[in-house]
Amino acid sequence: MSENPVPSLLDTQHMDGYLERLAREISAACGHEEGLVLVGIRSRGLPLAWRLAKKLGNLLGKEVPVGSLDIALYRDDLTEKAGAPIIGPTEIPFSLRNRTVVLVDDVLFTGRTIRAALDALQDFGRPRRVLLAVLVDRGGRELPIQGDFVGLKLEIPRHQRVSVKIAEVDGVDGVFLETRS
Amino acid sequence: MSERYIFPHKHLLGIEPLSAQDITAILDQAEAFEEVCERPDIKIVPALRKRLVVNLFFENSTRTRNSFEIAEKRLSAEIINFDANASALAKGETLVDTALNLEAMRPDLTVMRHSAAGAHALLARHIKAGVINAGDGAHEHPTQALLDAYTLRKRLGRLDGLKVAIVGDIRHSRVVRSNLWLLTKMGAKVTLVGPPTLLPTEMKEAWPTVDFSYDLDAVLPEQDAIMMLRIQFERGTGQFIPGQGEYARFYQLNAARMKRAKKDVVVMHPGPMNRGVEITSDVADGPNNVILDQVTNGVPVRMAVLYLLGVRRGDSEA
Repeated sequence: MSENPVPSLLDTQHMDGYLERLAREISAACGHEEGLVLVGIRSRGLPLAWRLAKKLGNLLGKEVPVGSLDIALYRDDLTEKAGAPIIGPTEIPFSLRNRTVVLVDDVLFTGRTIRAALDALQDFGRPRRVLLAVLVDRGGRELPIQGDFVGLKLEIPRHQRVSVKIAEVDGVDGVFLETRS
Repeated sequence: MSERYIFPHKHLLGIEPLSAQDITAILDQAEAFEEVCERPDIKIVPALRKRLVVNLFFENSTRTRNSFEIAEKRLSAEIINFDANASALAKGETLVDTALNLEAMRPDLTVMRHSAAGAHALLARHIKAGVINAGDGAHEHPTQALLDAYTLRKRLGRLDGLKVAIVGDIRHSRVVRSNLWLLTKMGAKVTLVGPPTLLPTEMKEAWPTVDFSYDLDAVLPEQDAIMMLRIQFERGTGQFIPGQGEYARFYQLNAARMKRAKKDVVVMHPGPMNRGVEITSDVADGPNNVILDQVTNGVPVRMAVLYLLGVRRGDSEA
């Protein structure tokens, strides 16, 4: 946990600008495809997916469905936790077969969350292709995974933590840099 | 439920040691696993991959054992069904030997049913694995109470403030004891109903807020849910009642009695049912019954328990 003053990397206004750009990039890359869906990774990828879906809806003039995924059951480090994390509901009320799926998460770091999410997605049908949108890529990958749509790209040392706050969950928007004590 | 909450127990020996928060955590987790069970294609998640679960049933049980086994399979666990001969293992000493043999296989979780109350606590002292009580004598059957609570909460939206009557062979029922712990911890008002011979009023000492009644017709109208219990002939309950016909006259849930109950009363039964004794078929199959929902809900509830206990590190303290 951080005790130091927390420098802000992005405030509310800038965060919305980055999301706007992500939405335009997604729209240009696959907006024309039939069956485009967003799947937000719990907990903070989900409200980001809702916001992107709203912006995409305006750009494309069609509704883009949003699903939510809790990847805890698919993690490869589940044993290393002190106890069981509480699992939120996964809600993908549509088949992903032959869909174009854009996974949405707040921060891309080691890539292990995304690996787990790819495993989980397979259980809902085989998508045509899967793309990844993240608000922040902070570097430090441990697996060959990259973002297709990246808001803010940074190289942050491992001992520091990039924390995304989202109004729907945290009451405030912003991206912060925390130093682990 | 805060994100920071971590399930603090290593074993599920009963409902008695759980807090209301622990119970809520299990029920909330079961909702996530119900989603897994309702998936159109693949109803399996890898949460307990490479974990070994031993099912150790010293008493016959089809439904509970199958339910646990399905739950284990849906979590991708490795499963061993340990064939236990009840006659060789009725004594505590041999149970310890069994436990030591079991420990040699290095299981991560052990699911046990045993006829002796407290057998699970003994097992838990001798093995490193988490122990889940699948029924011990007339003591506890925690996963049954959890699936009952899950079914009730799903149907009525809450447990707090509900009025629940448990009717029948209170004396010999482990389901009653687990349900009493659970329902009272969660704020429900419980009335135990049965003939004096099957209604041990000394239970008042452990559960002071519980009401006792010999008169089903008198307490029926105010109940939100009724749990019917079977006469356990194999435990000698026949000696405690004058006859099945006489018992049915006072304690059978039938169409005539249902007219006295709330229109949307929830009718539950942990099974197996003796149709025509404690419940008639028109009620057991009628619109108020959730008896098969209880069976269905058993799987996600047991998945939640297996998951919460199974992902702990083996060396952590209870």
